[in-house]
Amino acid sequence: MTTTEQNIDKKLIPILEKISDPEIPVLSIMDMGVVRSAVIEKNIVKVKITPTYSGCPAMDVIGDDIKTALENAGYKAEIELILHPAWTTDWITPKGRKALEQYGIAAPLDAEADKSVLLKGKQLVACPQCGSKNTKMISQFGSTACKAQFQCNDCQEPFDYFKCLK
Amino acid sequence: MNKKLYKYILGIADNNLILGQRMGELCGHGPSLETDIACTNISLDLLGQVRSYYQYAAKIAGDGRSEDDIAMLRKEREYLNVLLVEQPNTDFAYTIARHFLYDIYHFLMLSELEKSKDLNLSAIAKKSIKEVSYHKRFSSDWIKRLGDGTQESHNRIQTAINDLWTYTDELFHQTDADKAMVEAGIGVDVTKLKEAYYKEVNAVLEIATLEVPESKYFQKGGKQGIHTEYMGYLLAELQYMQRAYPNMKW
Repeated sequence: MTTTEQNIDKKLIPILEKISDPEIPVLSIMDMGVVRSAVIEKNIVKVKITPTYSGCPAMDVIGDDIKTALENAGYKAEIELILHPAWTTDWITPKGRKALEQYGIAAPLDAEADKSVLLKGKQLVACPQCGSKNTKMISQFGSTACKAQFQCNDCQEPFDYFKCLK
Repeated sequence: MNKKLYKYILGIADNNLILGQRMGELCGHGPSLETDIACTNISLDLLGQVRSYYQYAAKIAGDGRSEDDIAMLRKEREYLNVLLVEQPNTDFAYTIARHFLYDIYHFLMLSELEKSKDLNLSAIAKKSIKEVSYHKRFSSDWIKRLGDGTQESHNRIQTAINDLWTYTDELFHQTDADKAMVEAGIGVDVTKLKEAYYKEVNAVLEIATLEVPESKYFQKGGKQGIHTEYMGYLLAELQYMQRAYPNMKW
């Protein structure tokens, strides 16, 4: 329960990689880091997933999607939601971060940078449209629990910033 | 069933549920789009956390009741939340003041609950505190913005702080269940958080150019299920769907 390591059966990775986050469809749940363990025990796959935010409404959908995908591949699946260790934005893979940026969502910075952006108004978040760091935070809370709202001062485009969670 | 642990969990969770309901009331009614989204996001966090607490409570109760039953089908006297969180959204200043006065406590409480011997509670605390640190930042920022803003916003937030101050002391009252859980190494000794709480609250009020209320008269009762007149109306709305269409699921 206390390990932060993932324990995922290699055979299952291609199946799980195809499932995307329902709120950020370009991001696979594997790149999101919400699947913590998936092991096969007597043809039953036991999957442990962890929520990004406690109230994340996507978790139920993700659980159902995993179940369906595994059943289509001939497995029975049991899904368990675990809270510990708590999810952190560090678990988003480099591939996932790239997908976020391409989708128009600025990827999370490290915690210290996040704090200085949110608290002291320093400009560190780059606009995913034009790349300028001349951006401002509009609100700490955005269209989903995991995002903040930003705007680029140069190209004027509003964009989402994936909040750092550690 | 461990009745004291069950009651202890409800004591924490009910605060989240009722405050989450209050913040959720702003959905579509916030003073601006950004604050509307922020308040409802905070509400979502609180209700998400509450599910974890109630699922655990349901397991302990072991009498076939689900998280929904616990959330939706109790009577007013059975809710153990503090009076502070049930106070209405009189205006945006009240919403912010109530949330701020609770956030500072919530964060301190969770940073102790993280160390609980009960692994379920410590896991919920470790998850929740990451979200609550955002809530605290949001409400503290708004206290400063309103306090150090225009004369009108200053007066309004001062009035809200003055009015809600009377509900702050109850946060640090201990019930029998609280005492038993502290002794067992499971619960947080809230009496020990009081000093740090007022220090932090007062520091933010000072930056916001607001006066710290001097009133020494405090209200209590929520932790024993004796609520203010606002609670019944809140529950009527909260429970409406579940009473009208029994056995609905979240």
